[in-house]
Amino acid sequence: MAKRPNDDRKKEKGDSGNPKEDAIEVMATVIEPLPNAMFRVQLENKHQVLAHVSGKMRKNFIRILSGDKVAVELSPYDLTRGRIVYRYK
Amino acid sequence: MAIHLRSPEELGKMHRAGIIVWEVLTALRQFVRPGLTTMDLETFTGELIAGKPGHAAFKGYRGYPCALCTSVNSEIVHGIPSPKRKLREGDIVSIDFGMEMDGYYADSAVTVPVGEIRPELNKLLHVTREALDRAIDKMRAGNRLGDVGHAVQSWVEENGFTVVREFVGHGIGTRMHDEPNLPNYGEPGRGTRLQEGMVIAVEPMVNAGRPDVRMRDEWTAETADGSPSAHFEHTVAVTANGPWILTRPREVTGPAW
Repeated sequence: MAKRPNDDRKKEKGDSGNPKEDAIEVMATVIEPLPNAMFRVQLENKHQVLAHVSGKMRKNFIRILSGDKVAVELSPYDLTRGRIVYRYK
Repeated sequence: MAIHLRSPEELGKMHRAGIIVWEVLTALRQFVRPGLTTMDLETFTGELIAGKPGHAAFKGYRGYPCALCTSVNSEIVHGIPSPKRKLREGDIVSIDFGMEMDGYYADSAVTVPVGEIRPELNKLLHVTREALDRAIDKMRAGNRLGDVGHAVQSWVEENGFTVVREFVGHGIGTRMHDEPNLPNYGEPGRGTRLQEGMVIAVEPMVNAGRPDVRMRDEWTAETADGSPSAHFEHTVAVTANGPWILTRPREVTGPAW
């Protein structure tokens, strides 16, 4: 059976290979700003995680302050870190 | 992904799988006749391997539904056997089959005439089979992949045919498709150097017309211009004594198919 030259790069069906697609999105409240555009946020389940601001939000200069309600994406591999993907008004 | 070098024991396991592949393909070659459907070939293959150790490698591979690939006339590779596809006098059919045994794979293919075929088709089969022989002869330690690809391409183009670019030969071992890729074209002296213990499925795919490929469905590749296409393949190991065709018994010598 012949091979398609780029087959090894493609993952199995149903997995687009994009790591950002496996994330779990949850609501959170910002507790304190940290250096390097990082924030400590508290999830709805009271866990505190370290979250950075997503590239898309940084590009569009979405400012984040303590007390803001935000949406955070968590990697299933490291639940202590997340990515802030949305700030609610 | 790295290229794996196989020990003599591993080559032995691949050879055991390869002999079954050869037996199946040899039986199918004699079985082919006008009036059969490509699904008949698939069914016959099921009977041939029933009770044998190992299992058909293609079935379930990335969702492929059958043990065989049967590619008729303008189909290049990966034609799916169908009860609706009847072989007619004058057709050519590429039969591609692989086995997995003990965790090791072997993969081979042969293009078979159905009854009497036109002289042009005979030439296409002859040139493609000869391309495989020329490629296998380059499978020696110290040569490079480009030497192998060039051997195929230069011979095929000299004869007025073209090589398919969209599909390639491949490393094979504990997976069916492994590193490295072996295109059927290339420049001499370029590419990865061959070493003892490398195992590659060498498979020239030759179109009588233009080299362009069109996908008829998720699997079936056919020539864009509808011209006939042939395909021969062996799993070949690079050894200290030169190339070793794993997909046929040691006793069989002479041309690849």
